[in-house]
Amino acid sequence: MNSAWWLIGSRQGAWSWRVNRPTARLGLGLLLLCFALGIWSLYLGSLRLTPEVIWQTLTQPGHSMAHTVILQWRLPRIVMAWVAGMALAIAGGIFQSLLRNPMGSPDVIGFNTGAWSGVLLTVVLFKGSEFAMALGSLLGGCLTAGIIFLLAWQQGLARMRLIIIGIAISALLNAVNIWVMMSASQESALTAVLWSMGSLNGMTWRKCMPVLIGCIPLILLCLSANRPLRQLELGDDIAQATGVRIQSSRLLLLLSATAVAAIATTMTGPIPFIALAAPQIAARLCRDPSPSLLCTGLTGAALLLSADLLAQHALEGIQLPVGIVTISLGGLYLLILLLSEARRSSS
Amino acid sequence: MTTYAYHPADGAVLSGHQLTFGYRDHPVACNLDVQIPSGSFTAIIGPNGCGKSTLLRTLCRLLEPQHGEVQLQRHPLAHYSGRELAKQIGLLAQSASAPEGIRVLELVARGRYPHQSWLRQWHQDDEQAVTEALQMTDLTELAHCRVDTLSGGQRQRVWVAMVLAQQTPLILLDEPTTYLDISHQIELLELFHALNHQGGRTLVAVLHDINQACRYASHLIAMRAGCIVAEGSPNEIVTAELMQQVFGLSCSVIPDPVSQTPLIIPHRSPIWL
Repeated sequence: MNSAWWLIGSRQGAWSWRVNRPTARLGLGLLLLCFALGIWSLYLGSLRLTPEVIWQTLTQPGHSMAHTVILQWRLPRIVMAWVAGMALAIAGGIFQSLLRNPMGSPDVIGFNTGAWSGVLLTVVLFKGSEFAMALGSLLGGCLTAGIIFLLAWQQGLARMRLIIIGIAISALLNAVNIWVMMSASQESALTAVLWSMGSLNGMTWRKCMPVLIGCIPLILLCLSANRPLRQLELGDDIAQATGVRIQSSRLLLLLSATAVAAIATTMTGPIPFIALAAPQIAARLCRDPSPSLLCTGLTGAALLLSADLLAQHALEGIQLPVGIVTISLGGLYLLILLLSEARRSSS
Repeated sequence: MTTYAYHPADGAVLSGHQLTFGYRDHPVACNLDVQIPSGSFTAIIGPNGCGKSTLLRTLCRLLEPQHGEVQLQRHPLAHYSGRELAKQIGLLAQSASAPEGIRVLELVARGRYPHQSWLRQWHQDDEQAVTEALQMTDLTELAHCRVDTLSGGQRQRVWVAMVLAQQTPLILLDEPTTYLDISHQIELLELFHALNHQGGRTLVAVLHDINQACRYASHLIAMRAGCIVAEGSPNEIVTAELMQQVFGLSCSVIPDPVSQTPLIIPHRSPIWL
């Protein structure tokens, strides 16, 4: 029975971790992929730099043009793609597992619409700056999530109720959003629409840092709650009988997943599809129905980085918002998935 | 927390005192006293809806009693943390769901949850417990099979193995044999018997088949409408009168030709249309 597992630490000692081998291999592969994509992103662009120059820029301080391009423009964008991709994917993984529904993800159940409402209101009412918009997004998203959770909580989490209430609230907020847009000036409406597409364009350290500071501890918190999450998949009775405090674990997981997605969304705008698809892709790659959240997160990071590469360089001279790429990829992915599953069930 | 000047009978490992429990406004049972003798194989029998499963859920704290308290080894359940309790009481639940595509070994290993921590996720004890659980349930060869490809009987054995891997001195079984064919029922009951006799574990099972309960259990608790009508060894308590009282069933009781335990033979009660 040892063949499928790698053991880290000592079997008799005070600490020991067990890692599923395919999962570990996949995790390492994804990590390398993320780094490779990151390096490729550093390299690509209108200013082509040789690998030697990139290496020098990264290792030696200086004030050349290369330094500005690499360290101030390209690097924060890549780091943001890593962290936002991980955050969204982990949030999606937690939602899908807790709701036992592959459509359960923060963007499907109305949370992003709330964030957009917050942004619209800040832009239209207060003519807010980028940081005010971020705050508006955070408040709007969290408030919406809070209302949805409160309405759906009936002596515990009512799964289907949560999804349906999320969709209903989302529809309501959409109507409000359209109404606010109609009454807004052209300029502020455009700013809000640009935000709502989800984009990494023009990312700077100043915008990136608060997100990193918020997201990284929450990502670690989510990763450390992987074991109770898996135990909850066995059903509430078994989870409780094996010592999981089911209500508090579930609440903690839901809140941290919501918060991590909310914070990641503040600066980039809602990037669709990552939270929805990354857990599914990771499950297929791992051949494990409940892939570890770390693998899911790495899959999300790799997805967002590749989508951003496409967004920047697919069309000559035009930088697309990454959200447009992810949503097109998402549509394509769902079609392929449905077709292949239809073929498998018919054969 | 109210404390009760209450001492369960010697030898009772798990006991409930003055229990009132149920769901919301519908109490299933009122002021129920119940004792599970240490080392016994206790079977709870009774008609549908009499509160057997609810009692079982209350005994392992899946359901908080509205009144009264459950004691495990003379300590109120409230004194145990979730993890401590999970090291003492294992549960074979009716509502268990296996994640799609999970393999036998992995599912059985999840029974080790209360013994593990974030730092210590896989210890020698875990490996040993899982190996033993697979052996006892005769699943070693199927360890790498997907649970959803197994037959109903094998799948139930996987869940039993998971509870065994939990290594608790007490195991509660909620209708463990329902939906299984007769040979799988007997196979499972023999396993429980061995766990009780050779493994020294205390078992409490909700069973529907009275003849099986009489044959395998050492202690019976007969319930009707939220009350305990009789308790004791099958030979002591199972009579035609009791069956009439508990199930409203007219029957004869004869000795089981194989095990000499009581055997219920229902009388015919033709329905005239």
